[in-house]
Order: sequence, then C-alpha cells, then structure tokens
Amino acid sequence: MESMDEAILREFLSESLENAEQVERELVALEREPGDLKRIATLFRAVHSIKGTCGFFGFTKLAAVAHAGENLLGRLRSGERTLTPEIANTILALVDALRAILGRIEATKEEGDETFEPLIARLNRLDTEAAAPAQEPAPANDARLDTEAGTAAPAESSVRVDVHLLDRLMNLVGELVLARNQLLLEVASSNFVDLPATAQRLNHATTELQEQVMKTRMQPIGGLWNKLPRLTRDVAAACGKSVRLDLEGAETELDRSIIEAMRDPITHLIRNAIDHGIETCAERAGHGKPEEGRLLLRAFHEGGKVHVEITDDGAGLPIERIRESALKQHLISAEHAARMTDREWANVIFLPGFSTAERVTNVSGRGVGMDVVKNNVERIGGAIDIESRPGQGVTVRIRIPLTLAIVPALIVTAGGERYAIPQVNVTELIRVEPSEAAARLPLAFDAPVLRYRDGLLPLLDLRDILHTPTARQGEHGDEAVSIAVLHADGVTVGLVVDAIVASQEIVVKPLLEQLRQIAVFAGATILGDGAVALILDVPGLARHAGMSVRSGVPGVPVGAILSETPSAPLQTLVLCHAGERWTIAIPQEQIARLEEIPRRSVERIGERAMVQYRGGILPLVSLGAILDLKGAPEAADAEWLGEHDPLPVVVHEQDGRSVGLVVESIVEIVEERFAVSASPGARAGFTGAVVVRGSVTELLDLEKLLGSSPVGRDLAPAHAERGA
Amino acid sequence: MAKGRLLCTFRVADHLLGLDIAVVQEVLRRQEITRLPLSAPAVRGIINLRGSIVPAVDLRCCLALPAAEHGEDRATIVVRSREDAPASLLVDEIGDVVQVAETSLERTPETVHGLARQLIHGVFPLHDRLLLELDLGEILRVAYA
Repeated sequence: MESMDEAILREFLSESLENAEQVERELVALEREPGDLKRIATLFRAVHSIKGTCGFFGFTKLAAVAHAGENLLGRLRSGERTLTPEIANTILALVDALRAILGRIEATKEEGDETFEPLIARLNRLDTEAAAPAQEPAPANDARLDTEAGTAAPAESSVRVDVHLLDRLMNLVGELVLARNQLLLEVASSNFVDLPATAQRLNHATTELQEQVMKTRMQPIGGLWNKLPRLTRDVAAACGKSVRLDLEGAETELDRSIIEAMRDPITHLIRNAIDHGIETCAERAGHGKPEEGRLLLRAFHEGGKVHVEITDDGAGLPIERIRESALKQHLISAEHAARMTDREWANVIFLPGFSTAERVTNVSGRGVGMDVVKNNVERIGGAIDIESRPGQGVTVRIRIPLTLAIVPALIVTAGGERYAIPQVNVTELIRVEPSEAAARLPLAFDAPVLRYRDGLLPLLDLRDILHTPTARQGEHGDEAVSIAVLHADGVTVGLVVDAIVASQEIVVKPLLEQLRQIAVFAGATILGDGAVALILDVPGLARHAGMSVRSGVPGVPVGAILSETPSAPLQTLVLCHAGERWTIAIPQEQIARLEEIPRRSVERIGERAMVQYRGGILPLVSLGAILDLKGAPEAADAEWLGEHDPLPVVVHEQDGRSVGLVVESIVEIVEERFAVSASPGARAGFTGAVVVRGSVTELLDLEKLLGSSPVGRDLAPAHAERGA
Repeated sequence: MAKGRLLCTFRVADHLLGLDIAVVQEVLRRQEITRLPLSAPAVRGIINLRGSIVPAVDLRCCLALPAAEHGEDRATIVVRSREDAPASLLVDEIGDVVQVAETSLERTPETVHGLARQLIHGVFPLHDRLLLELDLGEILRVAYA
C-alpha cells in the first residue's frame, strides 16, 4: 500500500514540476508579448492544477502559496491587471518557492516549516493594489544565479516513454523469446538444419531491440533549453543589458545522460556570453547595433554527432588582451605566440588557469573558467571550438556524441590482457622499431621518455602500473615498442603497451561502487567474444602514476595542445575498411572514382584479376593484400573474392594508368581540417595518422604505396595490356 | 517446520558453508574471470553476468584459507541482497539446499580465530558435520576493504 502512495506522490511531483516549468517558460514568453491571452490562460491552468492536486495530499503550505498565485493570475486573465515587471518577478519568485517546496517533499515527504509569508503577502498585495509604477525587469531572485547550475531539478530520475515505442519493445522481446524457444528446441532435438535461420532471427530481434531501447533514453535537448529563457532574462537583468534568446532545433534528440552533462557547460557559456560578450545598450547604440543583444542557440545532428552552437552578436573576444594575459601568465611561450593565428588565440581561453581577470562580476568570472567548460565537454567525448568575429560576436561550437553508452575505443594489450582506452583521449599511436629504440627512448634520470616532436614526452608503462603477472618483454631489445599518446585534463603522456589491437566501439559498463576506488579504471566493457575488458581512465592513470612514479604529473606542453586546434587546410578524405573493419583514410585527390563492380564481371588471367572498364582493362588488387593485412597476398586475394557482391572499388590513376583497389567497404567521405601527425613507425605507404570523428585513423598515400609495393610494380604489365 | 530456513550450501577447502537462499540469486559453473589490477586481494577480478559487470570475490582469501590449487574454486555463487550490490563468490563445490531449524543455530565458538569469526554468522550442527552460515554483508565489507 505504501509503495502505491509513493508512486502517486512521485507522479504528483513530476507533474507539478512540469507545471512549474511551464509557468516559467510561458511567463518569460509573455513578457515579450504581454497581450497574449492564450499564454495567460495556460499560466493560470498550470498554477491551478498544482493547487488542486496538492490539496489531495494535504500539503497546506504548497496550497497556500499556489492559491495566492492563482488569484493574481486570475486578475491577469480577466484583464483587471496587466503584466508589469514587478508582477513577473513575483510570479517567478512563486515558481522558485513551488520548486523549493516540491524539492523538499521529494527529499523528506514533508513540505517543511517555511511558510513563504513574505511571498504570499507580496502576491496578495499585487492582487488587491492598483497597478504599481513600471520598472525595469530585475532578476527575480539574485541568489538563483549562484545556485542554478548546482541544483538539478528533482524527480528527474524517470523518463516518459512513448506508448508506441513501449509496444514495439514488447513485440521485440516476444520475438526474442520465440527465437530462444526455437533454439532450445533445436538443440534439445539435435536438429540443426534450421539453426542458421533461427540464429538470424535471433540476430535481427536483438539488434532491433538494442536500437529501440536506446531510443527510450533519447530525449529532445529542448528539456534543457526550457530553463534558458529564464536564465537569460535574469542574467541580462543583473548585468543591466537587454538580451533576446532564440532557440533553434529544440527537438534534436540525444541521450538523457548527455543532456544532464551539458547543463552546466551551456549555462556557463550563456552567462559568459551575456556578461562578457554582449555590450551594454549604450555601447551597442554607439556601434550602430540594435540595442537588444541577440543570443542564438542552435542544435542539430550532423555526422553522427550532436552539434550545439552558441552565437552572440557582441563585441567578440578581445584577442589583444588574451595575448597579453597569456604571455604574462606564461601559458604560452613567446616563440610559439609569434606563429599563432587569431583563431588559435581565441581557443587560448580554454587553457587551464587562463583569465583576463579584468573584472569579476556577480555573474561570471569567479574562478570557474572556460577550461572547466572544456573539460566537462571533453569528459563526455565532445569537442569545443570558439570563433570570434571582432565587433560582430562570438560563436562557440560544441560537438557531442549522441550517447555516452557507446564510445569508440582503442583496444590494447598489456600482460596478455586487453584494455580499452577511449578514443577521445588518444592523440597518436607511435611504434618505435628496435633499431631506433636506443635513440628515441632515453632515460631522464630514472624516468623513461620519448623524443617526440622536438620535445620529450614522459612515458608510463601500462604493465608496470597494473602489475601484470607476466614478465615484461625485453625492454629496448628485440621488439618494437608500441606507444599510445594520450591526452586528458591538460596532461599529455605516452603509454607503453604490449600491442595495439584494434579500434572498436564499446559499451561502457560502470564498475561496482566499491571497486571505484581504483581510479585508473573508468569502467568495464564486454568484447565481442564475451570477455570483459577494463576501460582505462586516462586522467586517473596519470594521477596514479604521479603518486607512485617519481616523475610526477607531467606538465602541460602548451605547444602540443595548441597544435590540435584546427589550422590545417580543409581536406577531403575517403574512409574505407581495408579488411577486418580496419579503417584507413585516403585523400580524395588521389582517387579518380569510387565504383561498385559486380562480381561476375571480374575476369582472371593467371594470378591476376581484372575487369573491363571504360573501354580498357582495369587491374584489380585487394588493398588488404597490398597492405599485407593477412599474410601472403594470395591468401588475401582469395578472401576478397569470396565476400562481397558487388565489390567496392577505389579507382586510382597514376601516370595515365588506372588501378582498382578492392576494399571491404567504403565508409564515408569526410571534409574537415585534419592535423596530420607523422608517425615515424608507420608502415610504408602511410603518411601518418589523422583524428577523424574522434578516432585515430591511418592516412594512406596511394602513390607512395603503389610505388613501393611489389604488388604495385607487378601492375605495370597489366597496364601495358590495355594499350595492346 | 514453521521456523525452518533454507540454506544454499557449498564447500570451500574442507568447510561446509551456507548462505540463506534469499540472498543467492543463482549458481554458475566455470566463469571466465578478468583480473582487476590494483584491487583488494580478495577481489579476484570481474565476470560478465549477462551483460552486467560483477566482482568475483575469493572466499578462501577472505577466510584466510590457503589459496586454491589451479582451477579448484571455479564454481560461482551470485549473491544479491537488499543492502549489497550483486557480487559473485568463488567456491570449490556447490552443495545441496538444506533445511535447518532456526533454533538449532549455535553461536560461533569464541575459539574461532581471526577474521573468520566475524564472517561466520553461526553454526548449524548437521547430523554428520557442521554447517557454517556466513554473514554476507561482513564478507563483502571485508572483501572490498
């Protein structure tokens, strides 16, 4: 019985909170269009229904506050009163009071002792008294500005799920159960004839179920944005500015955990934009801009990620002042500073410890810097970039993954066990051949370091950190050393592992509370073969090493951080799988065409495969064979002919001759500014590595590859045949 | 019969141990255990329980018994109680479910040494041997410490 009461109470709380939110939203909108009777009616209904239901639970204080508010709103509705800033402020204070009581009820099941007498008196006075003289909108409650970020609204641990979606889930589970029954039956009767069909059915049901379940967690970002008009209003009033907030793309969906994680960064950015970005009305008028500042928030899906853009039309970043401050605080060396572009300077504000510290206001600039925003965004696998247009404003772009549950990761081995490293933390993979080991891996006193881009990178050995049972391989002896360059929370470090296995998407599972004291792990994941792999927490790893290794926490090589900010030319890359879902990138200018060639049109002459193509003969080779992914080229050759139909082919032209490279699949074409980092240990034919969609991908140079590879040289006679 | 309780029994080294069936979720055979570096010694690693990550607790280590010979303690009991998150206990062999009378529970003798005394809730004298009932909360507390 008790649990049923609890369920009703929970429903009451979430409903009332929604109503309170609606009041806030409608009221801020009403301030723009004071005559909108529909909004007034909605406001009245929302407050009325809170009052109505709380009577049922005997929450008398809540009822009293809501009742006073309802009276006042009744006057607005009947047209006896018009909305003044004072009334608006009082109603917003009412919303805060309602939230406070609801929060207390959720925590303690009691409404507490506070009676909100002054507020009720204020509401009553406004209800009876003649219209008060108009005044500027003022923040309803200054204290709110401090607490907003910290207080997540209560009762948000439940989600609303569309009934259709729920039906779909139920259907799929039914399908799953049927498939299982069939499977059990077949195994029991040792009749395996239909097994492939059953397995396929199971596969489809499971895949679809997974997709649908993910959907239940997806929520429109609008849930977060609902709170922003009020925030904008209050912050703008506190700064004595006039700001209009426009929201676009509120229906963009993403995982609720990410929405939660985005709350603080977005709140902070909006505050910053209003406080520092948008000028006062007088300044704006002086620059010939409209007095009212404009803040635009856009959300949209692109390239499998959610993009959020916050644009203001303020003065833009004071690049000159940023430069001075950064140099004064020694965050950037003078030598490096000379080479930096304005865009790079703009991104300096994300550096830890950076502050122009010119004025500390009530709203922002109290130690919570932009580096915290950046860290928060990066912690959920996102990226942030800022662009400043002097005199015209600033755009902050945030790219975040759709879900936290699935992240791309790099799988490495250490001591015979597999570990996953989130790709967001991986900047580069380096392989040091035994011949170069002595030169590239010196000891700094007792700490191993790597000579890395004109500098030294501290190294951590994963096998040492985890005390792996198997003995370490001969240090700098006969084997190549694999190093993953990791970056997190402003720390860059090289992690030595036994081997780098693959890059794949993993599902993050939390570790048990009691085991979380082990800071080097962020969680665990289950790999394709059912085995469990631990996920490394890069900041935790660095901290752990700083405590037990004498080298201390590595400092922040600013050069390394800044080299990540986009400055490279715009480049178009074709991503394809060369084999075993191994992704490589090929610059588009090296590709003549992308083709799909039907299997039956492939002809063979001896060892060679070819196809009649555009009036000539196009020799075909498996890219995997050239890259020698699978041992002997012959073996790989047989493999590509066995799998796909039609064959995805990348056509490359060189010196007037064409070659068709058969790949496993063509993934996508991306256009971005890629910073190519040379990896000296890379295989022949690779220029280096680039970070694409958050994953480190090897960049192929087809000309170099075909020039150096015996397969490439073998192709020459095939071309000759075309001429013949 | 009214005061009878059901205990899930299992063997660790030479001892017959038991837990109330209310806290036993399931019994598993061989489980692949992934080592969890830097963890408490009694946490042997983690296992994949149908998609959940569950710690594997080495009962021998908790009870200060000699470490298992290779592969000896491969049976796994998954426990889940109101107070504690799910965990799995590594034991040598799963026994029967035994009905015991609450009245026959004897206090753990004062002469039981060390940690084991904290971990053993009481002793049920069965007709041919002693059944030691474990205190799950204490075991997990000791294991994660």
